[in-house]
Amino acid sequence: MLRRYSVHLILPSLGGLLVYSAYEELLGLYTLSVLMFMGVNIILSSSLNLVNGYMGEFSCGHAGFMCVGAYVSSLLGVWLFAKDRVFGAPFLDPDYAIYAFPFIILIGGIAAAIAGLLVAIPSYKTRGDYLAIITIAANYIIISSIENIGSIGGSRGFMGMKRVIGSMEDIADLPWMPIWVFIFTVGTIWVLRRYVSSTFGKGVSAICQDEVAAEIMSVNTNKMKTISFMLSSGLAGIGGGLFAYIIGYVNPGSFTILKSTEVLVMVYLGGMGSLSGSVLSAILFTFLLELLRPLGIFKWVIIPLMLVIMMQFRPEGIMGKRELGDIFPRLKRFYRFK
Amino acid sequence: MTKTQTKISDAPVLEIRNLNQRFGGLTAVADFNVRLQKNELSGLIGPNGAGKTTIFNLVSGFYQPSEGEIFVAGQPTAGLKPHKITALGVARTFQNIRLWNDMTVLDNIRVAQHYRLGYGFFHSIARSRHYVQREAEIAQEAAELLEIFDLQRYANETPGNLPYGTQRKLEIARALSIHPQLLLLDEPAAGLNSSDIQELIRLIRWIHTKFDVCIWMIEHHMDVMMELCTQIKVIDFGQTIAEGVPEKVRNDPAVMTAYLGDDVI
Repeated sequence: MLRRYSVHLILPSLGGLLVYSAYEELLGLYTLSVLMFMGVNIILSSSLNLVNGYMGEFSCGHAGFMCVGAYVSSLLGVWLFAKDRVFGAPFLDPDYAIYAFPFIILIGGIAAAIAGLLVAIPSYKTRGDYLAIITIAANYIIISSIENIGSIGGSRGFMGMKRVIGSMEDIADLPWMPIWVFIFTVGTIWVLRRYVSSTFGKGVSAICQDEVAAEIMSVNTNKMKTISFMLSSGLAGIGGGLFAYIIGYVNPGSFTILKSTEVLVMVYLGGMGSLSGSVLSAILFTFLLELLRPLGIFKWVIIPLMLVIMMQFRPEGIMGKRELGDIFPRLKRFYRFK
Repeated sequence: MTKTQTKISDAPVLEIRNLNQRFGGLTAVADFNVRLQKNELSGLIGPNGAGKTTIFNLVSGFYQPSEGEIFVAGQPTAGLKPHKITALGVARTFQNIRLWNDMTVLDNIRVAQHYRLGYGFFHSIARSRHYVQREAEIAQEAAELLEIFDLQRYANETPGNLPYGTQRKLEIARALSIHPQLLLLDEPAAGLNSSDIQELIRLIRWIHTKFDVCIWMIEHHMDVMMELCTQIKVIDFGQTIAEGVPEKVRNDPAVMTAYLGDDVI
């Protein structure tokens, strides 16, 4: 009983609490935005974990796909529902923004998934370090292309998303961004968990552990790689779209290799091939960044140093390959982790 | 229509015609021919580097042959990816055991059912009724297979924790889990001690009768080959130098020369 319904109980109450406190303004705007970034970071780290952890490839261009999602959903949203310098008058009545918003974010994700082919197709023949270089190249290709399209702001960036959110709030005065970030974060974990725990998705781990054996035991490795890369980059695109709407502004500079590295750090901190590890480390990492904010630029000395120490004493990350249920067996009463 | 169907079912499980494989200037396999019928238990021997594993790799689709044709149950395999050839019913094991070591024993069998999962990505996300049903069937069949091989007590262990001989057995069980018509065993006795080898001989003979499968094996332990195989082919430097029943092959002068050299003291 408990095991079956625990998630159905915990998630809505958590979400409800979040929305309520945002609505009643119990949390300051600052706390709320930290919580929202936490959600985005969870999406990013758990989706990258699919490629780097479960599949055993080394992708370091995750921010590139995030960028595709961010731009596509921003442009789409602003074109459809806001008055803008580039697009002129809104294409549709801004009243519809409230319904269209999740689809806008999803379309950003789909665009990012298609951009993921940029890495998926080379991965048929290349792997390891060589594929890592391709992912870096993909990140640069995406950033440089956007920097050079002057009509959408180039390197100066693009804004106007706040107006879309504004027209959503005009219809119903709810904290829309926290709601959607929460829903998409839960959705991401839900999709990834179902994928990697199905016999179909375990083909991904088979590729990681022995690709030759996977192919010979009838796993269509190219198909599995395509699906995994596209899923991973698509979810990154969703994360990117949410990121853009939270800030209300995007520029290519926020999605450079530095951002990719930040996501990589979260994945390795949490543990490869552990979804609960990725969630925990994204939460921890976001907290840490905020906690160390007073140090200014010095936090980029402290955090990497902590990473060095971590790699020395616990190279497998916080969770290793395990899920929460392996460490606290009692939790298994409430939830099946694998 | 019926005519072609009977033709296919009568076709040999494996037929290789004029197979040649060259790596740069090196001819690894030269003009190799073989026909394996249903229920045959046949062997392939030869000194190190003779091209035995290359032939297996060609059959399972890791290389495309430079020349020649390979048919599995009457179907040409040219241009097929290895997983497609496996789906035709060709299973194999490897010289060095290649199990998925971070998965449980049960999952090792389950993942090998990819060719007949019958559902894809969206079913796995939506957890449709079809998905639930197929997963249950696959889990059940995998558990039954483990039981047949007397491995069920290891179902939730990872393969790395098992003794070497048991890992071999698991790899063979995994290969059989795809219901192959042809089972390729690449040096199954490598690294086993003599009592394990006796057990392996029993195991292969038992598989051969129980699973109705054609077995083609490479092996260096001559006693294993002599005891099991009805037909043996000997190759050296990619050339077929002898073939026939074990007794005949054993006393063939060309085979002696290939293995021991031709300097008679």
